[in-house]
Amino acid sequence: MWDFPLFPEQASTAARHVDQVYFALIALSIFFIFSIGGAALYFMTHYHFRRDADRRNVPKSNWKLEVIFIGSAVVVSTFFFFWGAYKYLKISQATDDALELFVLGKQWMWKVQYPEGQREINRLHIPVNQPIMLRLTSQDVIHSFYVPAFRVKQDVVPGRYTTLWFEATKTGTFKLECAEYCGTDHSRMLGEVVVMSAPDFARWLANRPVQSTMVAQGERIFARAGCSGCHTAASAVHAPDLQGLFGRRVALSTGETLVADASYIRDSILLPKKHVVAGYAPIMPSFEGQLSEQEIFALLEFIKFEPALNDAANASPNTEKNDANK
Amino acid sequence: MAPTLKNYLQDGSTLRSWFLSTDHKRIAILYLLSITFFFMIGGTVVGLIRLELLSPAGDVVSSDTYNRLFTIHGVIMVWFFLIPSIPVTLGNFLLPLMLGAKDLAFPRLNLLSWYLFIGGGIFTLVAVVVGGVDTGWTFYTPYSSTFANSAVITVAAGVFITGFSTIATSINFIVTTHTMRARGLTWFRLPIFVWSLYATSIIMVLATPVLAITLVLLAVERGLQIGIFDPSLGGDPLLFQHLFWFYSHPAVYIMILPGMGVVTEVIPCFARRPIFGYKPIAYSSIAIAILGFLVWGHHMFVAGESIYAMLMFSFLSYAVAIPSGIKIFNWTVTLYKGRIYMKTPMIYALGFLGLFTIGGLTGLFVAALAVDIHVHDTYFVVAHFHYIMVGGMVSALMGGLHFWWPKMTGRLYPEFLGQVSAWTMFLGFNLTFFPQFLLGYLGMPRRYHTYPAEFQVLNVMSSLGASILAVGYILPFFYLVWSLRWGKKAARNPWRATGLEWEYADSPPIKTNFESPPIVHGPAYDYDPQKEVNFD
Repeated sequence: MWDFPLFPEQASTAARHVDQVYFALIALSIFFIFSIGGAALYFMTHYHFRRDADRRNVPKSNWKLEVIFIGSAVVVSTFFFFWGAYKYLKISQATDDALELFVLGKQWMWKVQYPEGQREINRLHIPVNQPIMLRLTSQDVIHSFYVPAFRVKQDVVPGRYTTLWFEATKTGTFKLECAEYCGTDHSRMLGEVVVMSAPDFARWLANRPVQSTMVAQGERIFARAGCSGCHTAASAVHAPDLQGLFGRRVALSTGETLVADASYIRDSILLPKKHVVAGYAPIMPSFEGQLSEQEIFALLEFIKFEPALNDAANASPNTEKNDANK
Repeated sequence: MAPTLKNYLQDGSTLRSWFLSTDHKRIAILYLLSITFFFMIGGTVVGLIRLELLSPAGDVVSSDTYNRLFTIHGVIMVWFFLIPSIPVTLGNFLLPLMLGAKDLAFPRLNLLSWYLFIGGGIFTLVAVVVGGVDTGWTFYTPYSSTFANSAVITVAAGVFITGFSTIATSINFIVTTHTMRARGLTWFRLPIFVWSLYATSIIMVLATPVLAITLVLLAVERGLQIGIFDPSLGGDPLLFQHLFWFYSHPAVYIMILPGMGVVTEVIPCFARRPIFGYKPIAYSSIAIAILGFLVWGHHMFVAGESIYAMLMFSFLSYAVAIPSGIKIFNWTVTLYKGRIYMKTPMIYALGFLGLFTIGGLTGLFVAALAVDIHVHDTYFVVAHFHYIMVGGMVSALMGGLHFWWPKMTGRLYPEFLGQVSAWTMFLGFNLTFFPQFLLGYLGMPRRYHTYPAEFQVLNVMSSLGASILAVGYILPFFYLVWSLRWGKKAARNPWRATGLEWEYADSPPIKTNFESPPIVHGPAYDYDPQKEVNFD
């Protein structure tokens, strides 16, 4: 419907909401520009020095008028604050049924990983009418994941995870741009989001060459990097149990508790002294510099989804068992 | 009658009498020449940028060069042009005169501030010569602290030094306003320009130290890699953004409040009536200064701050719009029952009214959380701040320069050329920046060397506008310089304006400003619109 050349197309559930606030603000602006401009132009002509006009009793102040001015400014501001915030909360609402993808920004490309193991560079394939959640991080500097047609943008920050929810409402190919200056080829860090119907997407996933799912990749890394040396049932070292960790409340040695989310897990791998679990000594070594962001994504999936984490890690890295079962 | 004393321009003609002068008026002239020089560099750089953006491909300069161009454009225009602009030229020249004083409270500190400004400027120019800096004027980490291969520390040092110039000026202004007002000149009889300089000075003295520390931390991180901002060493890249914007948001109010003050002097004079709502306008300047410190997080809505922070900053950003709105309403009502003369300064002031209104209204767009997600880091924001800083502040600077030109130089500028320049600037400005709102909403990000082809038409319009805007700035440069030698000599008060600088000081003033200290008997803006005026 919105094939207006001055606005990008509306291709997500968020777009309509964002545009509503935008158009309302345009209407408000036109109203103010015409009333202030109109009043100014009227006064400029009616009271032009060459014109005879009634210039007696010049008002130096009028508190009633000031209250009306201030009052109307307050009303307008309050309204747009609430509406802008309400719409924002609506479009950034997480859903439980979102398809989670992993996006790594680096100078100067986007690397995408699917849970099933597919990988892409500078392109995302997603199904239409399906909530998507991107887990984003950067390998180097701050970038920003921006799809104008969806009206979504999220900075991609090194050292932490950020997340972005959206749901595409149209099939087609939509521009992806980096929106945070990141060096030489910032303006060439472009990509595409390809939205397909659900059956087309399933077909695309199935046809895409895959070496192994992210969970299987994570399992191999878990063994290879030595995590299983401490974090399994068979270990002699006293280390926290990772089975079912994701989403669990964890008590820390400082007395606080927190919920173990993706950022917590990532921090525990790279900055193990940041959150020490209550009852454990801070002896875990850091894996900073040894694991890439993509490997950490895979570990995250493994910790989240592997139902037999405590035993699975004992299998050798070359086993085909888990791949065949998926 | 011709003055028997020499005016400040004639009183000493050696280099020493200029470069070691503690006369606030001479220092104002030194500053005027300096900021004009930096404006020309910053403007030439953006000429290259707009040339490059005529076509989608990056075919005029390389990406690395382009990134250096937009960075140095921002650094120079913000720190070496706009932040000093009106305060160090018109402010330095007029504050003692408007207060009925002989000079500022600390004349030698004033001279030092100019040398600090020049020292910082030299550092920055050296950086440009040794290869430039490519981080954007915002220096975001970890790009600037770990990855950039450019003269980051040199530029940071230049800005650091110049910051002390700002702090010195602001201390001088605050103390002078408190302690050196003439007899009878109570706070609420002050010209609003003084209120605006005062509010600006409060922001300068409180915010600039934060910038200084932030730049030191950036230099330390870049030099010693100790992990303040580098996440792989346990640092936080977002810490930099909080520190930087805590200064840089108040900084934008430094870059508009003085312009608002100038407009509040010009409109009453050319509408021949008192400003409407003196107290609300005075208080609103203070309100803007205070609220301006509470909104920095609106630059970080997409950066990963908490939803609670986002809500608070959005709310406060709407709050800070209200005092500006009051000024706009009051300036408009000041035209009611006035006697309007459309002289050059008035054209600039009314241009300010229109352009600042548009720029301010688009602030409501970016303050709305839902909309900012889409327009953040796009040309929408670029257009928003240029409407305020260039459409607003630079218009006010031009208007103020023209208004006080007779007082500062003893000459009148050519009125016809003044009007041509004002209109050229207004039209060129709109053609340059209005298309950028559209580009932003369409999804063109900032700081893009190359861009998708569908954005070309709007970019061509913008570049065309820029060439017209350039004419609007170059013309005054020529005729103002021309007027120094061949302009009509000005009387003491060619605009029949109120204010101690017009009523009791010559054009140009003697070195000590007044033959004897003036005494103030009534409120400011004592104009009567029922009287016709014959301007010279």
